[in-house]
Amino acid sequence: MRDTNEMELVFDSISVNEGFARVAVAAFMTQLNPTLEEVADVKTAVSEAVTNAIIHGYEKEVKKIRIHCQLKEQVIYIEVEDYGKGIENVKQAMEPMYTSKPELERSGMGFSFMEAFMDEISVVSEPGKGTLVKMQRKIGKGRELWTTQSL
Amino acid sequence: MKYEVQENCLTIFLPNELDHHNAEEIRRKSDRLIEKHHIKCVIFDFGETNFMDSSGIGVIMGRYRMVNLLGGEVWAVHANERMKKILVMSGVTKIIQIYEEEHV
Repeated sequence: MRDTNEMELVFDSISVNEGFARVAVAAFMTQLNPTLEEVADVKTAVSEAVTNAIIHGYEKEVKKIRIHCQLKEQVIYIEVEDYGKGIENVKQAMEPMYTSKPELERSGMGFSFMEAFMDEISVVSEPGKGTLVKMQRKIGKGRELWTTQSL
Repeated sequence: MKYEVQENCLTIFLPNELDHHNAEEIRRKSDRLIEKHHIKCVIFDFGETNFMDSSGIGVIMGRYRMVNLLGGEVWAVHANERMKKILVMSGVTKIIQIYEEEHV
């Protein structure tokens, strides 16, 4: 049986697509049979990454955002990429409460939420080139034992 | 989005999904009402809300800053378990109060 599945989305960096992106990823992951909470966690993380790309990556210019998702066994791997201005200091950007745009009332919690809701996250960014956020989350933690044992 | 002003209290009926996309409008409309009616108490009604990300936390923190200068306060009502989790995780519950139905 095939146990991987992939999809890719490319869409404009406009705020109405934040909802589209998280719902599309949520729909794709349903084949892993996630709980409502797992879906909500992944949706929140995707929303944070896409919002960052729109506000910080492109500073509201309309360009393209790419999302790539892969399901492999019970893990969803998500990449959110923009080709915008990039982040000078990734470590600082990931600190809780840090925001480069306090005037926009950003809470500074985008990366903290991604870290809290996903198992792993890494950020690769180059000023002037763009930012790539990679996240992963295992679906069905603590639920998988009996099926394998009973076989 | 619906807004209700009673004396110096503003209730903001939040949408189904509170993200950056609709945060802007809530910010603009509520700030106009806060200034016009000298609002001291802001109530975020989560009755219809099933999704919120850190942009929603930004909206709450911003309104808190506005009314706090006048000695006001901010409440969250009708928040479901997921919304409470996000509010608590973000630490925003240090500055706002969650109204629990059981205490009615």
